Amino acid sequence: MKMLAFSKRCAKEILRDPLNILFGIGFPVVLLLLLSAMQANIPVELFAIESLAPGTAVFGLSFITLFSATLIARDRETSFLQRLYTTPLKSSDFILGYMLPLIPMAVFQTVVCYVVAAALGLKISADIFLAIVMTIPAAVFYIALGLLCGSVFNVKQVGGICGALLTNLSAWLSGIWFDIELLGETFVKIANIFPFIHAVEIERTVINGNFSAITEHLLPLIFYVVITATGAVALFLQKMKKQ
Amino acid sequence: MKAIKTVDLTKEYKNTVAVDKFNIEIEEGELFSLLGVNGAGKTTVIKMLSCLIKPTKGKAFIKEYSILEDENEVKKIIGVSPQETAVAPNLSVKENLELICGISGFSREKSGEKIKELTKQFGLDEVIGKKAGKLSGGWQRRLSIAMALISEPSVLFLDEPTLGLDVIARSELWETVRSLKGKVTIVLTTHYMEEAEALSDRVGIMKNGKLLALGTPEELIEKTSSAKFEDAFIKIIKEEEK
Repeated sequence: MKMLAFSKRCAKEILRDPLNILFGIGFPVVLLLLLSAMQANIPVELFAIESLAPGTAVFGLSFITLFSATLIARDRETSFLQRLYTTPLKSSDFILGYMLPLIPMAVFQTVVCYVVAAALGLKISADIFLAIVMTIPAAVFYIALGLLCGSVFNVKQVGGICGALLTNLSAWLSGIWFDIELLGETFVKIANIFPFIHAVEIERTVINGNFSAITEHLLPLIFYVVITATGAVALFLQKMKKQ
Repeated sequence: MKAIKTVDLTKEYKNTVAVDKFNIEIEEGELFSLLGVNGAGKTTVIKMLSCLIKPTKGKAFIKEYSILEDENEVKKIIGVSPQETAVAPNLSVKENLELICGISGFSREKSGEKIKELTKQFGLDEVIGKKAGKLSGGWQRRLSIAMALISEPSVLFLDEPTLGLDVIARSELWETVRSLKGKVTIVLTTHYMEEAEALSDRVGIMKNGKLLALGTPEELIEKTSSAKFEDAFIKIIKEEEK
């Protein structure tokens, strides 16, 4: 009950910021439309809707990190969190309150992405529903990363790290916008160390019906989910005690 | 039973003693002001009493509850309005109040009653639907104090409630604090001597983490043979420097 009151507040704070809506929903949709228009004129396999839609859906999730990190950093800076620390809210209420409302937002963002993709020619099938479900581990990773960054950095730093650095890492190391094999074996090895390409490949394999390949990408992603979530919770609790 | 009791409450940081053996007893319903120059340790005392930071030594009780052993119970009976205005900016005034009601575990019915009561008490009707972030500093402070009060605390901590406000907003806010007198135990910190003198039952004067003087404003004026309270405050602070 107490946690729900807090998570409701977090959801309202995020949804009432027009920039969040613009980046969270608008930007991925614009990317889909623009790259599909390019694809129509100069066909590139990477920008075929079956490949582009899963990539864009995952790329859109990187903005979720920015939303959650900004909210937490702002709450810390304005003493709002300090006020709430003097109330009967428990540490688990804070963590769940920040994280839970972002999961339906991430799912909604993915749904919008696939609806637009369907309008652009993506074949409507049950695989799309499975693909939406399969974005949840990636969503949890990005949300936990937001909790981690928001616990450590101030609002300005969050803007730079989550807004610029993370979105660039997500773009460069995920194979969404270019084939990473073009950059050589070393780059592929580096990209495979990070979770971004695995999150995108999970979506692509589901959309293309190649379910047997899911596990090889799901395991490294789950590893990152566990590490990031554990680190985020530990850092948040440490900062909470330091108050 | 005392509303607040501290025994040698001490907070040390690496090379600094922020609060040094702070001993005080505050009666229920009392309005107690902590005065002092910047860095005196006033906010640190409030932070320890509201369980935000742990003391290095000593102990303190809010009613029968220890700030060290009964943190959850303490949090149920206190309200805090921090030095910086701590409101949710994208939520309306009503939603901010609803949030604290929800966190306090109030039923929908009780929340409605409390919001109505606090809205009337703090004159928030005209801004009830506005986003808190769009309000002036004075309104935000009022909302901040209303949020601290809505959970029906026994002890209310107000850290510099009039900081950064213009003279009108400050005067209005002091009137609000005056209206709470006797209904709830209030501990406030401030730099405004005249208001502290007019409102407080007792004041404590701090410097360098130490409680230098304690008493009613009249007692401190008499003790220092001063003409007014501000002179008494200056004398007490300067005396320590010698």
